[in-house]
Amino acid sequence: MTTSRAQSVVEGLYKDMERRIASSPPGLCPIDLTAAFLKMCHAQTCGKCVPCRVGLGQLGNLLEDVLSGRGTMEKLDLIERTARVIVNSADCAIGIEAAKMVLHGVDGFREDYVEHIQHNRCLYHLDQPVPCRALCPAGVDIPGYVALVKAGRYADAVRLIRKDNPFPTACALICEHPCEARCRRNMIDAPINIRGLKRYAVDHAGVVPTPKCEPSTGKKVAIIGGGPSGLSAAYYLQLMGHQTTVFEKRPKLGGMLIYGIPNYRLPRVRLQEDIDSILSTGVRVHLNSCIGDEEGMLSIDQLRQKYDAVYISIGAHSDKKVGLEGEDAEGVISAVEMLGNIGDNVIPDFHGKRVCVIGGGNVAMDCTRSAIRAGAEKVSVVYRRRKDDMTALAEEVEGAIAEGAEILELHAPTRIETDGHNRVTALWASPKMIGKVSRGRPAPADTGLEDVRIPCDVIIVAIGQGIETRHFEAKGIPITRGVIKAENWSAVENAPGVFAGGDCVTGPATVIRAIAAGKVAAANIDEYLGYKHVISVDVDVPNPDLSDKVPCGRVNLRELSAAERKGCFDPFEIGMSEKEACQEAGRCLRCDHFGYGIFKGGRTKEW
Amino acid sequence: MVNVTINKRPVTVPEGTTILEAAKQAGFPVPTLCYLKDINEIAACRVCVVEVKGIDHLITSCNNVVEEGMEVITNSPKVREARRTNVELLLSQHRTNCPTCVRSGSCQLQKIANTLNFVEDHYKNEPTFKEWNLQFPLIKDTSKCIKCMRCVQICDRVQSLNIWDISFTGSRTNVDVSHNRLIENADCALCGQCITHCPTAALRERDDTARLFDMTGDLQNPDKITVVQIAPAVRAAWGEAFGLSPEYATDKRLVAALKLMGFDYVFDTNFSADLTIMEEGTEFLHRMKEKDQHKFPMFTSCCPGWVRFLKSQYPDMVDQLSTAKSPQQMFGAIAKTYFAKKIGVDPEKITSVSIMPCLAKKQECDLPTINDAGAGKDVDYVLTTREICRMIRADQIDLTHLPEEEFDSPLGTGSGAGVIFGATGGVMEAALRTCYALVNGENPPPDAFSQVRGTRGWKEADFDLGGQTIHTAVVSGLGNTRRLIRAVRRGEVHYDFVEVMACPGGCAGGGGQPIHDGCELAGERGKVLYQYDAKNTLRFSHENPEIKVLYEDFLGEPNSEMAHHLLHTDHHGWEMPHAPHYDEDVIVSVE
Repeated sequence: MTTSRAQSVVEGLYKDMERRIASSPPGLCPIDLTAAFLKMCHAQTCGKCVPCRVGLGQLGNLLEDVLSGRGTMEKLDLIERTARVIVNSADCAIGIEAAKMVLHGVDGFREDYVEHIQHNRCLYHLDQPVPCRALCPAGVDIPGYVALVKAGRYADAVRLIRKDNPFPTACALICEHPCEARCRRNMIDAPINIRGLKRYAVDHAGVVPTPKCEPSTGKKVAIIGGGPSGLSAAYYLQLMGHQTTVFEKRPKLGGMLIYGIPNYRLPRVRLQEDIDSILSTGVRVHLNSCIGDEEGMLSIDQLRQKYDAVYISIGAHSDKKVGLEGEDAEGVISAVEMLGNIGDNVIPDFHGKRVCVIGGGNVAMDCTRSAIRAGAEKVSVVYRRRKDDMTALAEEVEGAIAEGAEILELHAPTRIETDGHNRVTALWASPKMIGKVSRGRPAPADTGLEDVRIPCDVIIVAIGQGIETRHFEAKGIPITRGVIKAENWSAVENAPGVFAGGDCVTGPATVIRAIAAGKVAAANIDEYLGYKHVISVDVDVPNPDLSDKVPCGRVNLRELSAAERKGCFDPFEIGMSEKEACQEAGRCLRCDHFGYGIFKGGRTKEW
Repeated sequence: MVNVTINKRPVTVPEGTTILEAAKQAGFPVPTLCYLKDINEIAACRVCVVEVKGIDHLITSCNNVVEEGMEVITNSPKVREARRTNVELLLSQHRTNCPTCVRSGSCQLQKIANTLNFVEDHYKNEPTFKEWNLQFPLIKDTSKCIKCMRCVQICDRVQSLNIWDISFTGSRTNVDVSHNRLIENADCALCGQCITHCPTAALRERDDTARLFDMTGDLQNPDKITVVQIAPAVRAAWGEAFGLSPEYATDKRLVAALKLMGFDYVFDTNFSADLTIMEEGTEFLHRMKEKDQHKFPMFTSCCPGWVRFLKSQYPDMVDQLSTAKSPQQMFGAIAKTYFAKKIGVDPEKITSVSIMPCLAKKQECDLPTINDAGAGKDVDYVLTTREICRMIRADQIDLTHLPEEEFDSPLGTGSGAGVIFGATGGVMEAALRTCYALVNGENPPPDAFSQVRGTRGWKEADFDLGGQTIHTAVVSGLGNTRRLIRAVRRGEVHYDFVEVMACPGGCAGGGGQPIHDGCELAGERGKVLYQYDAKNTLRFSHENPEIKVLYEDFLGEPNSEMAHHLLHTDHHGWEMPHAPHYDEDVIVSVE
């Protein structure tokens, strides 16, 4: 009985360690970590074979020598030799995989080994003290606004968020929340529901006025593309006193937030709240204004003449072809086209139709769930890998399944069958099996089975988006691998005064990355214009709650049932109650105050 | 206001008060170790933990504030156990050799450990060792570092130089020179503030006493004539090491102690401070006359920490420094020329020693281009106030029965203007007193320029000098200095003459002064110096009779060729490591 009790405690410790590793702070010395992992691996050895039983321990001793300033280059060779022998001759994975880890390190961070050996110094530095803030591309002060939510100061929370992100509402609803990935609370139970708390703040803050703009500088900035990146840049540049003008090709502002994300995830009225706030700073807007050389259009060269700086943030709105026979058939549409139409309130009528969606990303799920809402009789997602390998968020996939979508995993589309009128009749797909890991992902492999026929009337191709670069390329803006080439501080080489950022530079990414790019661009455009304006906010963050941090479940947001939600494009996620928000905010460990944050990097009050 | 109880005793304190402060007000002081008010409130050492009713986890009192109704216990069994154990853990990584440690008696770790009734060690002692260049005036002994981060904070937040940073990660976390540099390659100003804010002997000055006092040292050599100068600020602080008041531990009693220790001549840096005023004041008036040929403001040059700062951070502004040497170096040059001649000895026979509140002076006397007397180094040895106090103690000198003695002549007379060199604003005030007289042909009231006194970090004052308005500023502390220079460069402020001292409060708060954990004594010591000034019958540098004779018999006049040769220096004559990142408007020409 005691053994089983001990075993169950150990099982718990394994889980604790898994969560702990998940929330490991970035910047730690990789050799120190390797030595620590190695110690655990050595504890797992069965003790039978020599390389594992003895070799892992000796490897540990050698790493300790390197870490303690007793290393030599000869010892590094010995580390490599010992690890190689364990990989080559240990009897099972316990030894082989442990030693592989060491070998990967000797190769992957060799320069750090050399630094330790030759100078008794480490190249690494713990530079990200507050995990959530460090992982937010826009660097939003998350512990700050979580504390404000707890204190019931929702408008202040919105003001604090806006210091770094002018889309608090959009992000409250659809941000992919990279901030939650390494939340230190994971060490106790589970990450804070940061997005849920942000949602509580924006849902309860009312209309929060934007800060006053700095006195006008007389400088003018043109922004090409009114998506999250362009509007973020416009917002901060307005606050700095520059006059921005946004040129938007489509009839509405919002970019992918409106033309890529369906209303049920981000309701138009809520997106409009953010856009209204941004426009209240005095941004000028030209809708239906495409930049190009055609009649009636302004070219980038003209913009460069008329404005002191130009920010290109055109996003990634062109579709990618899947390259199948029959792709030009009637009934084949791209994700960009379908979601774009929905953004303009042109909802397709799929009643009585069978739909196939090709792809496994979030866009594919948006198409799937929109097709269901458009009345489709049946929607099948055809994907060449396994469901587990999909890049879409798990909750999106589960949501689609709950709404009745079929996931046809391990099927690679091969051709599109049409009738005599070039109308889609079926999608043919080759059955696959999952195979070896290649570049970090298991690749689909041939099964030798015959292709299967999936009868359908509509095929939605959701395999990625491209960037409409032709005009810019013609005008000398550098393009590499289909994206606009810009420095990481957003300037475009050999084009003084031209900056670029967002999806058109990174390829299709997340909204928060686009916002961050807009922020970076604003700062650098300001500097390019000869200024160094400071963006700050006078919100005091409440003192941390000192009470004990006892394990407590994470409040997840609930949704309307599949039956209730799948018939319309209305939003279905339900925000927290006040009690839930208060409890969830109270789970925050306040890494801005406790731990390294209070020493360095806990709070950046201005940028 | 917030009502709380500390050990059941009620106390009402303003909102935002720390638990530590509230406990102190209630009469229950809580020990602290890493804490330095406003500078280091990071709760690293966990010595100040207290128990708060209703909370299981212990709370650090230094950086958490009281809440209404809070019941705090500062001495529960849980608190005692944690405080003791945490100090034991700190000691386990500390090379504890108190009897042979320079900080024994002023070490905060020792002080706390002594209060905790330790009977035995429970943990394995495993300090970390790291090599260090022991020739450098600033020495870091990693085996004594308790990673409190005070040095990092004082350098970052007060001095704006970021010399220290965390090195390694995880369990191996340590403090070392930032950017993986060696200290000799870093842009350290050598202000020594990290030393005076270190709770242990992890940071200390290079001890140069042995070179002087050993069997082979110059004090023992019958062929050597030892000449020692005492810097102004030393007299305001040296008695602290012995618990003596500044009224008792005077400059003249220090003279007596130094005589007992075997120095042949005990002189006063106040003398060469007066000389500095003659040179620098004349230089300033000269530059003002040729305003179009010089960049303004002109900066004082008597603080070598500041000179290091300017050379490393704003190398394009070095020509704005006065070319006058520091009083220490002027003294050295005069001692090995004029004085040697006067007493009829070969200057090679003179050993020139200075007692300074400063670390940068140790480096300054070693600069390759600073020696002009032609007899080796103009200043051979620099001892800090702390070093000389340690030697007084080592010689078992009974200060309580030691009568005062006069400084020797002819380099032993200093004016009140000279003695205030040791406080922020003092150089400016002294210079203005003499400039006024030089311009107007008559003395101003001696306290006419008292506006520039006080410990504020950045002071400004305009004065009328013969019908011309002179815009002056005084800064102390390098963070304040950086702010001033940025404002100057942006054109936000316009000054003619700026005094800079690297240490907050000036030399009185210098990095070589006695250490009192958690106390900033520059202000108090500065007041002592102003008392010396007020009591002095001589208030003007130009009226110092020994200075007058020096010019008449030897130098000619201020800024004469001889004066230039001996008393001025080329600040470009030596290399200083540059800052890893300049302020963006700094333009450095690549040679």
